[in-house]
Amino acid sequence: MIRQSAAQMAAALAEGATSSVELTQAHLDQIAAVDNDVKAFLHVDAEGALAQAKSVDAKRRSGEKLSPLAGIPLALKDVLAQRGVPTTAGSKILQGWRPPYDSTVVTKLKDAGLVILGKTNMDEFAMGSSTENSGYGPTFNPWDLTRTPGGSSGGSAAAVSAFQAPLAVGSDTGGSIRQPAALTGIVGVRPTYGAVSRFGLIAYSSSLDQAGPFGRTVLDTALLHEAMAGHDPKDATSINAPVPAVVAAAKSGVVKGMKIGVIKQLQGEGYQKGVHARFNESLQVLASLGAEIVEVDCPNFEYALAAYYLIAPSECSSNLARFDAMRYGLRTGDIDGASAEAVMSATRDAGFGREVKRRIILGTYALSSGYYDAYYGSAQKIRTLIIQDYAKAFTHAEVLVSPTAPTTAYKIGEKVDDPMAMYLGDVATIPVNLAGICGMSLPAGLADEDNLPVGFQIMAPAMQDQRLYQAGAALEAALLSKWGAPILSQAPALAGSK
Amino acid sequence: MALPTYEEVIAKWNPVLGLEVHVELNTHSKMFCSCATEFGAEPNTQTCPVCLALPGALPVVNEKAIESTILIGLALNCKIAPYSRFARKNYFYPDMPKNFQISQYDEPICFDGYVDVEIETEEGPKQFRIEIERVHMEEDTGKSLHVGGATGRIHGADYSLLDYNRAGIPLVEIVTKIVPGTGKYAPEVAKAYVAELRDILRGLKVSDVKMEQGSLRCDANVSLKPIGSDVLGTRSETKNVNSLRSVERAIRGEMIRHAELLNEGKKVKQETRHFQEDTGLTRSGRSKEQAEDYRYFPDPDLVPVTPAATWIEELRATLPERPSLRRKRIKEEWNVPDKEMEAMINADVLDIVEATVILGADPTKARTWWLGEISRIANDQNVPVADLSITPADVAELVALVAAGELTDKLARQVVEGVIAGEGKPSEVVAKRGIKVVNDDGALMAAIEKVCTEQAETAEKVRGGHLPAAGALIGAVMKETKGQADAARVRELLLGHLGQA
Repeated sequence: MIRQSAAQMAAALAEGATSSVELTQAHLDQIAAVDNDVKAFLHVDAEGALAQAKSVDAKRRSGEKLSPLAGIPLALKDVLAQRGVPTTAGSKILQGWRPPYDSTVVTKLKDAGLVILGKTNMDEFAMGSSTENSGYGPTFNPWDLTRTPGGSSGGSAAAVSAFQAPLAVGSDTGGSIRQPAALTGIVGVRPTYGAVSRFGLIAYSSSLDQAGPFGRTVLDTALLHEAMAGHDPKDATSINAPVPAVVAAAKSGVVKGMKIGVIKQLQGEGYQKGVHARFNESLQVLASLGAEIVEVDCPNFEYALAAYYLIAPSECSSNLARFDAMRYGLRTGDIDGASAEAVMSATRDAGFGREVKRRIILGTYALSSGYYDAYYGSAQKIRTLIIQDYAKAFTHAEVLVSPTAPTTAYKIGEKVDDPMAMYLGDVATIPVNLAGICGMSLPAGLADEDNLPVGFQIMAPAMQDQRLYQAGAALEAALLSKWGAPILSQAPALAGSK
Repeated sequence: MALPTYEEVIAKWNPVLGLEVHVELNTHSKMFCSCATEFGAEPNTQTCPVCLALPGALPVVNEKAIESTILIGLALNCKIAPYSRFARKNYFYPDMPKNFQISQYDEPICFDGYVDVEIETEEGPKQFRIEIERVHMEEDTGKSLHVGGATGRIHGADYSLLDYNRAGIPLVEIVTKIVPGTGKYAPEVAKAYVAELRDILRGLKVSDVKMEQGSLRCDANVSLKPIGSDVLGTRSETKNVNSLRSVERAIRGEMIRHAELLNEGKKVKQETRHFQEDTGLTRSGRSKEQAEDYRYFPDPDLVPVTPAATWIEELRATLPERPSLRRKRIKEEWNVPDKEMEAMINADVLDIVEATVILGADPTKARTWWLGEISRIANDQNVPVADLSITPADVAELVALVAAGELTDKLARQVVEGVIAGEGKPSEVVAKRGIKVVNDDGALMAAIEKVCTEQAETAEKVRGGHLPAAGALIGAVMKETKGQADAARVRELLLGHLGQA
């Protein structure tokens, strides 16, 4: 049962073939069986999940009209506030904090009848690409437990990949949904900036953060996308427009006549051979379905990584200032005679991990008077140039494509001491965030050299998220018929897995 | 060395002022969340995830606060920016939940305005133009209460209590350009400017403007330059100036303090100083010589403020008459003596008197009622005049009844009491209490005859031409008729009766 798609599970629930309680329990059992190895979850809320499942089952029995995903279990990245449930953003500084309020995403999920199984592991405050920066230890890639699942939403991606949940919510500031989706062989979408409310999403970089869905199929991902998105008056940057028809697009999946642009700058040097091979193969599949493949030039993308590592740290240096031991979270150094400043300092020193400190220091420096123009100011100009590159490219193609990540999943510990190597892993995903547009990663097969999943990235203009699903569904269907079975069926079985 | 006298200071130095006024807006909700803003609530009861800066919470701009700020800008003759942004001012302090304040930095919503103020001098009234640099929006911080320690400051305190009710209250900061050329009048000009601002803001109904509650706060920047020099001196910034009188005192005190330092060849330190109400002196606060780096940057959680030109014009059309001009107009139109004008302003009854006049009442009569009997009752009940249940329409009706001879002033006072006691409109009170002027000559004559019989001796005196004796008889007749008679008519009939008409 747990290996079905969410759409199949929803159909089974609608037919009465199973109940949400049964479905939820099956996933809780899988978590119990495999999460000692995978470590996707920071907190499992069995009680809350079963209560919600029971309530949805009761509503269904009474004939109440339910949302398409009512009763389906899901895993939530620990970056989203959920009332009464420990929420840490992967940081020791928030250990034990239970929010007194629900993020808008959680409110929407609850209202849609989804069952939140628990909170998933992540790089601390979403800063990282491997989930190794979590204050609570790394998550392991279900394809190979010696490797990382990517990050920062590594826990969510691993949970879906290991059948601990059919769906998961992540957040994507520089690729944190798409890259782990690629490394774990699932589908992940970063919606257009402003499509999903950020209210209750613990901020890393406000102008780049965006929550989004994970699923094992394009349609599942679209169903969750639709449940999460929509205007929210509590988020000033929320888009006040109808949600694009992503589910309809995922169901139609036609690329005949569609112009697909391959970004010249997002391939070549630095990209693993097997990644290229699968990427090119997918292009051929799309061409065979009638898509027109063109090459587009985005010359300013070479500055994207540099701009990102000025803007994101700058914003985070300010966003994370609130963690000061005064109102919630960790408090250390509060001994006789210690000043407020000393307590703040000691707490932040003890509570934040190395990568978080590194970025706070970087950002504090970049915003300092005298350096602002050279760093933050220049980075904003690059951002504008990248927006212009995309705008021009989208005059030649309806969607743009690239490999999601330059490599397949790497070994735990392989890049922890080399931040630059780690940062380079986000080279293909970051431009989407800087431009505020939308992007998807879906499985393109396994790299020949290591038998690990490769992600294929599709990008579309702001508020044209349906195009991702239209192209993605077409590619997915064609690849599935080529492979004969979903990619995850090739993953080695985890010990104890159901 | 003794402090120089004020005369010695201004003989040698020219003061240069700069005034920053913070105004708490009276919006019902906070600047970036929907929490209530009531003054004096139990600590931390008016808070939410947003103003407590809980993880994940986001600010959303209060549209009403933007409207109020634009109104202020327009009233101060400012230009309104078609595009402005909020910025984050980053610094750590426990009473600031986010450890940054959302403010406006290089893109204020209103800029380049002016206010003309007038002060009285020995050479007659003098006008000064105060140029406004900018008017911008920001949020207030919470309040710290430092317990223990000698100074009530954070250093040396045993512990501190934090109240976040004030955190996020909308603040508008009004910053002047440097104000040169006020010479010896500097303290009075500054006071007149703050008073003028207070009146303008009150007229706009955008703030309670209560300096004692901190809803209007003034920071005064003062520097001195030698007379004849163009080189600006080093300034000090005095905070905590919480009354109009303190504005004047603080500036005068700082001018003297600066002059003393400069006379001795010492330097003025660029620093923040705190005004001490009790001594009228300032004490040193935070040194600003090493400017704090606030790392301003545009707040990525908020979108730019882009008021439509048509909306700005709509707001401009609603601007009330400028209070100082209005006072001049009213004073002339109603021919009010200075002292009475001042009394009306102090008693805060100008609006209510004008409303009464607009309803047809004679200005002098209207003023007399509001300042006299009604103010007296308000005073007795210890409430503001505006809180009494008597309205301008009631007073206008009352004035009309007196003018028509249906009430005497004395009876009208009873009616006022009745209206305030909730017995209804004046005509209803008159009817219910059976108050009416006795103008039936027959009834009056009967009373007069009765009194003259009872006080025959006095009556004889009057008959004999000793008119002052009539007063006692008139008084007796009024008593007889329970005050409902018109005293003038009684006098007329009485004198006629006694052959003295």
